[in-house]
Amino acid sequence: MQTSLFSEGAISLAPTSSSFRAAVADSVRLLVSAGHAKAEYVDQVLENLDKLGPYFVVAPHVAIAHATGTGQVLSPGLSLLKLERGVVSGSNENDPVQLVFSLCTPNDLDHIELLSKFARAMSTEGVVNSLLNASAESGIREILEI
Amino acid sequence: MLIYAVCGAGIGTSVLLKSNADRVLLDLGIEASVKAVSLEDAIDPSSLAQVLLITPELAAEVSMIRSEVIVIKNIFDLGELTQKLSAALS
Repeated sequence: MQTSLFSEGAISLAPTSSSFRAAVADSVRLLVSAGHAKAEYVDQVLENLDKLGPYFVVAPHVAIAHATGTGQVLSPGLSLLKLERGVVSGSNENDPVQLVFSLCTPNDLDHIELLSKFARAMSTEGVVNSLLNASAESGIREILEI
Repeated sequence: MLIYAVCGAGIGTSVLLKSNADRVLLDLGIEASVKAVSLEDAIDPSSLAQVLLITPELAAEVSMIRSEVIVIKNIFDLGELTQKLSAALS
């Protein structure tokens, strides 16, 4: 069982991104480089975004990109691309987006525990603000492994 | 009572939404079963869900269905979930 929410290499920080779409692609690529998904999963998530719009912008400044990932996912995983300066997703309620999470799961069940833990961490008062102020990967891990 | 938590794929934000809705319903003492589903399942005419939880960008896609639709702006805000669920279910 996975004890940490994020695998080695699944967190990255950047000054900003050229667009929301580019930020989503970079965030999903972290799942690929961490060994959780095949490269084609990036395309599946972008297709989802193009088809349905930025529905996975789910809280102020927070996106959680994902797709069903049929055949392209190797193990349940979470990644985070944190942008110093946010990008506009088109989600009026919650722009600009600075915390671009990505998620993948090989089936409907394997990731429930991971996501429940993640939901608890993100729903704790002050956590999103702390993440927005974090300037290093180690700080981000500390905030989320509560 | 059956509640659907909806996202595009049924595996990501819907599961986060379900996880938090379960916590809030337990606190409110409301007995309900929350299921994470895809948009496709949500708009299925044979759906038995009485209430749908959904994020703002997808809300327009479910405007035709019979279930009561609750739009959640911040899925991590337990206060918003508590207020909207108790208003809809009490």
